[in-house]
Amino acid sequence: MLDGFQHSPLMTGLKWGLALLLVAFLAAPSFIVVPMSFSAGEFLQFPPQEYSLRWYRNFAGSITWTSAARASAIAAVLTTLIAVPIGVLAAYGVMQLGRRMRMLVGGLIVLPAVIPAILIAVGMFFVLARAGMLGTMAGLVLGHVALAIPVVFVVMTAAFSQFDFAQEKAARSLGASGVQVWARVVIPQLRGSIMASALLAFVTSLDEVVLSMFVSGGDNATLPKVMFASLRDQIDPTIAVVSTVMLAVATLAVVVMVRRGAVR
Amino acid sequence: MSAALPLGENQTELARDARVERALAFALALPCLIVVALCVLIPCGWLFYLSAFGNDGSLSWENYERVSSGASYGRIFITTFEVSLLTVLACVGIGVPFAAFVNSLPPRVAGLFVAAVLLPFWTSLLVRAYAWLVLLQRNGLINTALIDMGLTEAPLDLAFNWFSTVLGMTHIMLPIFILPVLGAMRNIDPGMIRAAASMGASWGLTMRRVFLPLAAPGIIAGAILVFVMSLGFYVTPAILGGGNVQVISMRIARSLSNFSNWGAASALGVLLLLFTGALLALGLMAQRLILGARKGQDHA
Repeated sequence: MLDGFQHSPLMTGLKWGLALLLVAFLAAPSFIVVPMSFSAGEFLQFPPQEYSLRWYRNFAGSITWTSAARASAIAAVLTTLIAVPIGVLAAYGVMQLGRRMRMLVGGLIVLPAVIPAILIAVGMFFVLARAGMLGTMAGLVLGHVALAIPVVFVVMTAAFSQFDFAQEKAARSLGASGVQVWARVVIPQLRGSIMASALLAFVTSLDEVVLSMFVSGGDNATLPKVMFASLRDQIDPTIAVVSTVMLAVATLAVVVMVRRGAVR
Repeated sequence: MSAALPLGENQTELARDARVERALAFALALPCLIVVALCVLIPCGWLFYLSAFGNDGSLSWENYERVSSGASYGRIFITTFEVSLLTVLACVGIGVPFAAFVNSLPPRVAGLFVAAVLLPFWTSLLVRAYAWLVLLQRNGLINTALIDMGLTEAPLDLAFNWFSTVLGMTHIMLPIFILPVLGAMRNIDPGMIRAAASMGASWGLTMRRVFLPLAAPGIIAGAILVFVMSLGFYVTPAILGGGNVQVISMRIARSLSNFSNWGAASALGVLLLLFTGALLALGLMAQRLILGARKGQDHA
């Protein structure tokens, strides 16, 4: 290796072995659900004895699951559409503030990521109940936006700290309007980071369990909420199907980003 | 600029421009601040408010008294603390050597490892908890393998206990721990390590006296992050603990689902919040102390 020490081949081999074992440990759970979703059996088993699309049909034929998938998709798209623009603007704005204000405002904006999710969930349950918004899509999206904002903010702050603001001044001095500067100079250069933060916001909403458990319900119950409930009651391979579908959506999103050169 | 200069028309204009610009910058952050206020500040304030009223609707410490006197609450706090601590220890024990190894690799290979570490990020917490359940259950893959290898006769109880809870939590926190630690290790000048090697220090000594002390601030920051986040875990203990591991979040959820107990749920929530905040402050202080002590040494 590069550190100037002579390592014995045995040590090197051992290190590689352990490191690869850890990678396998991290990756295993993501992969075993895929074959399980194609199981033909009644129970969860890995590897399955026989394969079929039985549980996929079960998923597609169940109103509970399809309605949850619809609610999750709507919530994730709305969360992304709201959290990304306001998060980008906030990251830009906070960069222009003085040191003290920057610490204060930045600290407040990342607060939803620091506070235990259960507290936000319980607190929002009270507030939304009082406002008569419990179980509505608006209440759910509001909460998901709050959880997605820190992610967008952190990614975009990192992006803006690499951004040369002299370009903005140059564009302005050449007669571009504020809107033109954003549309023609700022956004094109930060496209990669904006898309990465959109992806993270989308996944944050898609995977969110605790808040959804408390504030979503009825027609607006999300996939994670329904999944969590059914994990406690009876476990059947439909859950593996849902997991595979969610995994596929997240993977697809990453692949699209990578192909567009957004994620390094 | 300096007050000694006469303020020309131009300068008043400039000062006003700067003020307008700062106000505009603040206005850009306003939508986010409003959302945070609506979703975090007001709800958490509400918890404080609710926790301060007793069953009869008057101001009292009743809820806190109930939480602090009940033995079951005390046990829940200790369990939460212990599970979090075990998760931190597992993350440090596994994550530090792994990050050191990845850091010693050429950038291209290291990049592959980082990508592999990030992979589980894209899988939901629920899916991962569920997958562990399948792997660890009595007739699951791991038990089957153990029996086939003749290591055990009867299947082991791997799921629904502390082991599975800490395993699941470690699996979730490891990537979050490894990334900042790796970042800190990247900033260590490799020349330092080579210098130690050239002066005859053994690899072990170099690690102990040069590499790890330099990486310590990153390791401590990562450990604090893991600990604080672990305190608030809900999903993983609820699924993988199978009711045998009761943590604060689960108790809050349960108190809330039988609606009579809003006050107790709020009091628990407030305590969790204060606990988290205090630990965060303590950790930051410890980190600053270590860094300060190091600076002192440099000057001496």
